[in-house]
Amino acid sequence: MKNKKVLSILVSGGLLMGASHLKAEDLTLCWAAWDPANALVELSKEFEAESGHNMSFEFVPWPNFADRMLNELNSGGQLCDLLIGDSQWIGGAAENGQYIKLNSFFEKEGIDMANFIPATVTGYAEWPKGSPNYWALPAFGDVVGWTYRKDWFERPELQAEFKEKYGRDLDVPATLEELKDIGQFFQGREIDGKTVYGASIYTERGSEGITMGVTNALYNYGFEYNNPDKAYDLDGFVNSEGAIAGLEFYKELYDTVTPPGSSNWYMGENIDAYKSGQVAMQMNFAFIWPGVEADPNVGGGKSGYFPNPPGPGGHFAQLGGQGISVVAASEKQNAALEYIKWFAQQEVQEKWWAAGGYSALSAVVEDPGFATSQPYAQTFLDSMAIVKDFWAEPAYADLLLAMQERVHNYVVAGEGSAKEALDGLVEDWVEVFEDEGKL
Amino acid sequence: MSNPDSSETTARTTPGNFKSAVTGLSDRAIAWIFVAPTIFLLLAVNIFPLIWTIVLSFTNYRVNRPNRDVEWVGLKNYQRILTDNGTWETMQATAHFLIWTIVLQVLIGFALAYLINKKFKGNDLWTTIIVLPMMLSPAVVGTFWTFLYQPQIGLFNYLVTFFTGADPASFSMIGDKHLAPWSIIIADTWMWTPFVMLICLAGLRSIPDSIYEAAECDRASRWRQFWTITFPLVLPFLMLAVLFRGIENFKMFDLVVQLTGGGPGNTTTLTSIDLKREAFEKWRTGQSSAYAVVLFVTVFGLASIYVKALNKVKDR
Repeated sequence: MKNKKVLSILVSGGLLMGASHLKAEDLTLCWAAWDPANALVELSKEFEAESGHNMSFEFVPWPNFADRMLNELNSGGQLCDLLIGDSQWIGGAAENGQYIKLNSFFEKEGIDMANFIPATVTGYAEWPKGSPNYWALPAFGDVVGWTYRKDWFERPELQAEFKEKYGRDLDVPATLEELKDIGQFFQGREIDGKTVYGASIYTERGSEGITMGVTNALYNYGFEYNNPDKAYDLDGFVNSEGAIAGLEFYKELYDTVTPPGSSNWYMGENIDAYKSGQVAMQMNFAFIWPGVEADPNVGGGKSGYFPNPPGPGGHFAQLGGQGISVVAASEKQNAALEYIKWFAQQEVQEKWWAAGGYSALSAVVEDPGFATSQPYAQTFLDSMAIVKDFWAEPAYADLLLAMQERVHNYVVAGEGSAKEALDGLVEDWVEVFEDEGKL
Repeated sequence: MSNPDSSETTARTTPGNFKSAVTGLSDRAIAWIFVAPTIFLLLAVNIFPLIWTIVLSFTNYRVNRPNRDVEWVGLKNYQRILTDNGTWETMQATAHFLIWTIVLQVLIGFALAYLINKKFKGNDLWTTIIVLPMMLSPAVVGTFWTFLYQPQIGLFNYLVTFFTGADPASFSMIGDKHLAPWSIIIADTWMWTPFVMLICLAGLRSIPDSIYEAAECDRASRWRQFWTITFPLVLPFLMLAVLFRGIENFKMFDLVVQLTGGGPGNTTTLTSIDLKREAFEKWRTGQSSAYAVVLFVTVFGLASIYVKALNKVKDR
């Protein structure tokens, strides 16, 4: 009798174990707390219905996103099964075994990286860069661009005054210098009884803000991360004459076109300044554009969009955006891969775009109706064609913080000269690469 | 006093097996059994991390490089920290913040305590209102002082405008490198002066009225009563407040991060912010451990000297 009982318990246990193998998993997806994340929550309900898995989300505000998530990865934490991590983390996460490599999964499921926007594959998925080693699926294409008050630009009295002063129409700037002129034109001006300012730009010190902003000037004045013919050869490229001019330009922009008190502004503050009617233009990542269009104060045709204008050294824009990866410490990797397989489908990517997410799938963005599907769609396409990204090295955090400090100290605090700031940056970066054994 | 009868009753009613279990254990052993869990927790939570930090401070360990060999680097981390200009700049910023917050908080806190100590109508209500700021979270205080300092809409700038006639948008408390250090001092003083006031108030209320009555009989002036009775007797309390605020402000992090993020430049980057950047943004675990040890030794050394001085004042 006793033996029968034990046997039945063992059999039931075995059945339960077998069943648990098939049961729905609770997956947690980690990302930044911003509008696209809310859209993804809605979209993911379809995945839950199809797969039977339950999705939970851990969204962290941008200023703390890197701290929180890198801490999680470095400590081998199992909070996240899926992580939509910043593009610059890919090197460290790949080399330290924190993301799983997706090549064999892509091959098995017929997911071809050739079907995604090339810049997003390089930026969000590959490590080492330029090699066919994939650690993420491009999830959210993003790039720094500009939003402007079209309704203000179209005012006849302002157009006339601008034309008289600058000899050209008040319109989307064709160069960075023109952008500065427009900013200065609006700076301190009274519009509808309110003092307004030229533009809000990235100046934030704590995480990555000012670097994501200043690079839009540096790239277009001739800054290079290193010698194109010799990796990690920095001197003369990071601190070239063009780079110095670019940094001086950004400081002039900060000094002459930004609202007072904007010394530590990033995405959120720029959005607030723009939506509250403080500024004529704002620098920001493209993710904000759906929110601008929907805003009762500045949406519905009052705003326009343009890519980062060219400078004397070229035409580039800072890449943003992220890829979605499976965290190596997760015990639910199979279910997490199911999510990526589902997310990679064209119909899901189309819905992703419609919900406010920027799809990186070529079939979506190359659709004939895409460019006219939203007022900002063409600007997004034009901007994605000129992207350049920050270092994605495993030591990216050291490289980023050094740049944050050097650039912020010069642009915002006014310490030293642009040349001293960039010479100092070369010293910092050389030290980092020496520590890494790359120099 | 314990009742012998009750002890005997307890002994009689103690179960035999328990009695035999404790038989042979000395009082000292039983005491150890009781304190062992606490000591174990103390070792695990305080002492072990401290020793581990000291060990890490002599290595090149980086928590974000799990695959890299950990090498013993001797005093290199300490040398790097102590010869780094940035470290000394943050030390200066911390000293500036520490000295001015303590001076202002002691002066204002003592003055408020002196006023509140007088009996007047609404005394309790005013005490409650004054201590409200210290009940708030530093993150909340940091956030609303950010708004108060906003050049366009901030109340602080408008108050300055009201008194000076300057354009409110012409200066930015948290954006100007000369004003930013003062912006964090003002916010911290606003928040923590009530704490100093409460300690001073405790000191003032501990002075017996008979001493003042005796002084009145001797026709001592108010001024003389203050300098010969009030101040000397409140001094140990004041010194205690300075110690608490000194230690707390040496570790100041949340309020300043929320308010200025350490900027502009490094003008408000205090040592705790710098240490956090080294440890959890640059992920230089070995070097940041050395930094933590340097700060620990500094605070511990200064606090020890100060406590000795405090004891001397109390003994007088």
